[in-house]
This record gives sequence, structure tokens and C-alpha cells, in this order.
Amino acid sequence: MDPMRRSPSPCPSSRPSSPRTPPCEMFGQVGIEAVLDQLKIKAMKMGFEFNIMVVGQSGLGKSTMVNTLFRSKVWKTSLPSLGTPIPQTLQLHSLTHIIEEKGVKLKLTVTDTPGFGDQINNDKCWDPILAYINEQYEQYLQEEILITRQRHIPDTRVHCCVYFVPPTGHCLRPLDIEFLQRLCRTVNVVPVIARADSLTIEEREAFRHRIQQNMRAHCIDVYPQKCFDEDVNDKILNSKIRDRIPFAVVGADREHLVNGRCVLGRKTKWGIIEVENMAHCEFPLLRDLLIRSHLQDLKDITHNVHYENYRVMRLNESHVLPRGPGWVNLAPASPGQLTTPGSMKTCRQAQDDSDDEF
Amino acid sequence: GFPLNLQSEELRNLSLSGHVGFDSLPDQLVNKSTSQGFCFNILCVGETGIGKSTLMDTLFNTKFESDPATHNEPGVRLKARSYELQESNVRLKLTIVDTVGFGDQINKDDSYKPIVEYIDAQFEAYLQEELKIKRSLFNYHDTRVHACLYFIAPTGHSLKSLDLVTMKKLDSKVNIIPIIAKADTIAKNELHKFKSKIMSELVSNGVQIYQFPTDEETVAEINATMSVHLPFAVVGSTEEVKIGNKMAKARQYPWGVVQVENENHCDFVKLREMLIRVNMEDLREQTHTRHYELYRRCKLEEMGFKDTDPDSKPFSLQETYEAKRNEFLGELQKKEEEMRQMFVMRVKEKEAELKEAEKELHEKFDLLKRTHQEEKKKVEDKKKELEEEVNNFQKKKAAAQLLQSQAQQSGAQQTKKDKDKKNSPWLCTE
Repeated sequence: MDPMRRSPSPCPSSRPSSPRTPPCEMFGQVGIEAVLDQLKIKAMKMGFEFNIMVVGQSGLGKSTMVNTLFRSKVWKTSLPSLGTPIPQTLQLHSLTHIIEEKGVKLKLTVTDTPGFGDQINNDKCWDPILAYINEQYEQYLQEEILITRQRHIPDTRVHCCVYFVPPTGHCLRPLDIEFLQRLCRTVNVVPVIARADSLTIEEREAFRHRIQQNMRAHCIDVYPQKCFDEDVNDKILNSKIRDRIPFAVVGADREHLVNGRCVLGRKTKWGIIEVENMAHCEFPLLRDLLIRSHLQDLKDITHNVHYENYRVMRLNESHVLPRGPGWVNLAPASPGQLTTPGSMKTCRQAQDDSDDEF
Repeated sequence: GFPLNLQSEELRNLSLSGHVGFDSLPDQLVNKSTSQGFCFNILCVGETGIGKSTLMDTLFNTKFESDPATHNEPGVRLKARSYELQESNVRLKLTIVDTVGFGDQINKDDSYKPIVEYIDAQFEAYLQEELKIKRSLFNYHDTRVHACLYFIAPTGHSLKSLDLVTMKKLDSKVNIIPIIAKADTIAKNELHKFKSKIMSELVSNGVQIYQFPTDEETVAEINATMSVHLPFAVVGSTEEVKIGNKMAKARQYPWGVVQVENENHCDFVKLREMLIRVNMEDLREQTHTRHYELYRRCKLEEMGFKDTDPDSKPFSLQETYEAKRNEFLGELQKKEEEMRQMFVMRVKEKEAELKEAEKELHEKFDLLKRTHQEEKKKVEDKKKELEEEVNNFQKKKAAAQLLQSQAQQSGAQQTKKDKDKKNSPWLCTE
């Protein structure tokens, strides 16, 4: 059971809405704080789930990045051989693993999107991705509204979508902007500058700066979203993160010997790029954000905000349908409905248009 | 369909080649909870004067404000009070629900009903929130009862039938922890027998009390050990007595001092361990995943929902719930409208009746008036007639009198004339 979390509205107040109750002074230890340990024990027994999606063109190092993040061969990456063709259409591949660290079990699901942005015409290439994300919300919703429902509803909802921006050094491309705009409304998006080792530090800073400008100009609200900062501490911490987004990252799953130490890095003729070295790249920031500090927060925002928004949309839709005798049937969500966030209006328009033809 | 390719059969355990860092997850989770705070709601069921308030004060080391209840309550009513407690960085919103008047009535048939209603009402409130379109379950002040402390009177014999009936009604709705109140009035050897009797009665009557969880290795042992001592024989006290060189919560009698926190004297410490220090989170979880789910399922099935309907998707639940509610509201409105119309109609009828009556009265009045006038006229006419007659009579009378007097006069004159005539030579009497 999840303890209480934030409210689902985009900009919640920081105070819980329950009425003020008189504070009572206790004389001596009661043992209330033991509830924290109880909570921990239960959580560890239940295990944790985390679903991450990586989006970007081929060759940006997505699979390697995932392997680096989770220090394991999540994907069996191999150097791209000449034989493997670039997929003709966008595919989504999901892999689930169970990983354990110091008694904490994590069920990790990684969804890859080969073929994204690789076609000549990439129009609507975000649709299958949005459809997949909404499909997970739909599955959860269906489970949640059952009369006899499971004790623990399996969570396949995408908690975080890492978007790989190619290191052009200029600014966001139209494809990037389109994608980010659409997805930020449905899921937590963390953009990163991929293959940052092709940019110098100055180039990176300039690139980052321009990307931040682009995002502001197009009202792209990436994770961590400002309006969900709960208190002053959150604001301070998250502001620091927001300053550095998008992180310039490099992925590597090979170890090399540097100064007697074994480090994860990319070996080139001009040097070894150490992945965990903050002077070389910002991979540690990405890892810390996604795993060490904000993982639970990513899940919470997904559950309390994005999922609730989806649910509201679906429930409102059902009132639009004509009423039948007794029960009202909710038509299964069609692919069109699932692809566009806040899609009700656009969908209806599309249907009306098609009606006009007849 | 979507170009989706799930390869989830590879649910394999991966080995990690380095420190990833998700071992911080439990801490991340806990940090979230501490910022929001916890809710814990205890329901105390027991007769007036059995020591419910004192026990709460003792458990939480504080003085909750409350006035002692009288024995004159006409029925059982539930009084809920919420308090905010804080221990280090844990904020607890504690709600204590008291059954005022329990066991005081002569007829206790319905005593359990207000309790069941209260518990159901909290489930219902949560369900309503959960079914809303725009909901905020995260800010929701959870008032569902997490633990029910059932106070058994220290008779030393067995459970009262009221106790069995009440617990049976509650066992599928709430986690029941039976306790023997005022245990310092029972001798030690009697206590053991009393406990056994109670537990066997509960078993033979099929009362499901709360089972302290033994599936978790960290708590299994302590829970198993403690379970043996159920029902906990407790003594509550907020008074402190000097024991040795320390102050301790105790009850002082001429024959000795009963120390609340002395495990040889009573099971208070065990109760505190079980209720708060070991199983608070489990009590909350059981309430949510078992008791609430049961309530929800029953409620929805009652309203006619099914999970597998061939025609409709299970999603119509929310829809139909709202539809049924609107239907019900619509009916209410219709009834209200009907009643209003009937009222208006009745008023009109009455008005018409009254108008009719008024008209009649007016007519009567007019008639009377006319009749009166006619009569008056008649009388006047008669009067006139009479007057005329009187006048005539008077005239006649006057005339007659005049004539008479004239006649007399002329007669006298005549007589004189006659006399004269007689005496005159002239008179010929031929």
C-alpha cells in the first residue's frame, strides 16, 4: 500500500488539505517512529518496480547507456554490424529483469524504440510511443476498476522517458521539439545530450543553454517539473538539477585501466573518456537523478499526476457516449484515442470529419 | 495494432557489475512518507467506565482531552477525536473513536449497529473519493478504522453475549484486538483461565480477530511470542508512583502498587509493542487491502456490478455508479417535484373551497339584507297605513266632534228658535 502522496493537480499547494487537528505533546517515547522501519521492511519484501523508456535515433548509444546505468548487460549490445538493417518502422522492444542490491529487489523494465527518427519522413513517429505509454495507463486503469482486484496491481507504466538529443551542438531540431512537447504532457521526460564526447566542454555549455532556451520558448516542461516541488528543500535541489538539464552523457560498458584504477569508459586514440568522471561527462548526474535520489519521485509523479490525468480523460470520455439501457458501454480505447495526449477534442473532430464525407 | 514487441519472458535475474545505487529506494520511499505524515485510527469498544480513555492516555503518553461519559446515554454513539502527534521526524495524525454508552442500555440488541455504521461510513467516504473523476487520494485524510480494541470486562468468567455478538459483527470489517480491561482486578491464576476461556469462545464462535503477521522473518518471532498472550490483560494509568528511584506509571493500592509497564503485572507493554511498535503499518495495510476491498466489492456487487459482463467492458463501473447515483438523485428530484405540485394543487383546492364559502356567505348576507329591507319596507308601509288610518280616524274623530259640537250648538239654537217659534204668533200649526 502506498502511503499518501501528492495531489494530482498540476500545481498543488504544499499543505495537505485535511483540517487542522490539535497537536498533542507526548511525555516520553511511544514508539511511533518505528512505523518507518515497518514500512521499509514491507517495501523490501514487496520489491520495487521501475519502468524506463529510451528514445532516440539509432547510433546515439541508448542501449549502452542503459547498460551503464544498471551496470549489467540489460541489452545484449554488439557493435552494429553491416548486416543489421535499420528498422523500417518504429518498433518498441521491452525487456524485464530483476536486479538486486543489498537486499533491495528491483523489477526493471526497459523499453527501447529502435527506428525512432530514422526514417526519411518522421511525421507522427511519436504516435506509437504515446500509444504504448497510454496503453500501460489503460491496463492499470482496467485493473483498478475491477470489482475483485489484485492486492498489488502490476505497474507497467512508464515512469521515465529518457530522450537522446543528438550532439549537433546547435539547438533542438523540429523533431525533438515536436516529440518533447507531446510527451511531456503524458510522461516524465528527461532529455540528455547523447554522445557528448564529440563536444568540448564549451560547446556543451552553449548547446545546453540553447536547448534550455528552446524548451522555454516551446513550453516544454521536462522532469523535474517546477510545479511539483513540494517544499523549499525540493525547490533548491531541483533547481540545481534543472540548471544542468539536459545532462551531457557518455555511455560505456567496458572497463579500462586508468592510473591503476579500473574505470568504466570509452577508449579512443586520444584518451579514455571516463564515464563516472564528472570532469569528462555528466553521467553521474543522470544516474543519481534516475536511480539514487529521484526514482521514487518519478514513480510518484507518474502515479499521482500522469496516470490521474489519463484517468480523468477516460472517465470524461465515457459520459460523451450515448446511453444504452441499464449499463453504458464504454467503447474500447481506439488507437487514435491513445496516441494524442488530451486527445478527446482532436479525436472527435477527426470522427466528425469522416462523418462529413458520407 | 501497435508495432509492439514484448520480450518479457526474459524475466531473468541480472548480475550487477558495480554499485548502481537503487538500494536507496526504501529510504527514498520512507522520506516521502515522513513528509506527508501518517494516519492511524483506533476504535475503542467497551462499556462506560471500563478504562478506554485512560488506556489511550497511557499508550500515547499524553492527556487527550475528554470528559468522562455518563451512564445515561439512550443509545450507543460514536465520538471521534483527532490529534497530531510527533515523534522525531514522524508526524502521526491519530484519531481515537470512542463508543459512548456501550453496554449501558437495558436493551442492547442494537448496540453494535452504530459501530458497524461508523466503520462502513469511513469505507464509503474513501470509496466515494476513489470513484470520483477528479480525485485526490493523496491528500485524503484517511479515517478508516485501522484497529479495534475490544475491551472485555474483567469478570473472570467468560465473554458476555454482547461481546460475542458485537465482535462477530465487526470481525469482517476491522482488525479486532481483544484486551481485558482493568486487569488488576483479576488474580493471576484466574487470569490464565479467563484468557483461555475467552480465546476458546472466540474460536468456537468463529470470531476472526487480528492475526499478528508471521510471514515476515523480522517480525515473525516477536509476533508469534506475543500472540500467545492474547487477549492482553491491560492496566492503564497516567498517575506516576515512585518505584525504587524512578517514577513509573502505576496504580497505588493499600496492598501494593500495580506497575503499568511491568510485564509481570500486566500486558500493557505487549499491547504497545504489538499495536504501535511492530504492527502499525500492517494494521493499516490489512485495513486497506482486505477490509476495505471487501467492503468495496460488496458495495459494488450490491449495486449490480459484475466484472465479467459479456456485453459491456468492466469500465462501465464508474460510469454506471455515476449513472445510478444520478438516477437516484433524479428520482429524488422527481418526488420532490411531485410533492410540490401536490401541495400547490391542495392549496389551490383549499383556496377554491374557501372562495366558494365566501361567496355563499356573501350571498346569504345579501339575501338577508334584502329580506331585512323588504321586511323593513313592509313594516314601514304598514306603519304608514296605520298612521294614515290613525290620521283618518283622528280626522274623522275631529270632524265628528266638530259636527257634534256644531250639532249641539245648532240644536241649542234650534231649540231656542223652536221656543221662539212656538212663542211667536206666527207659528201655524196647521
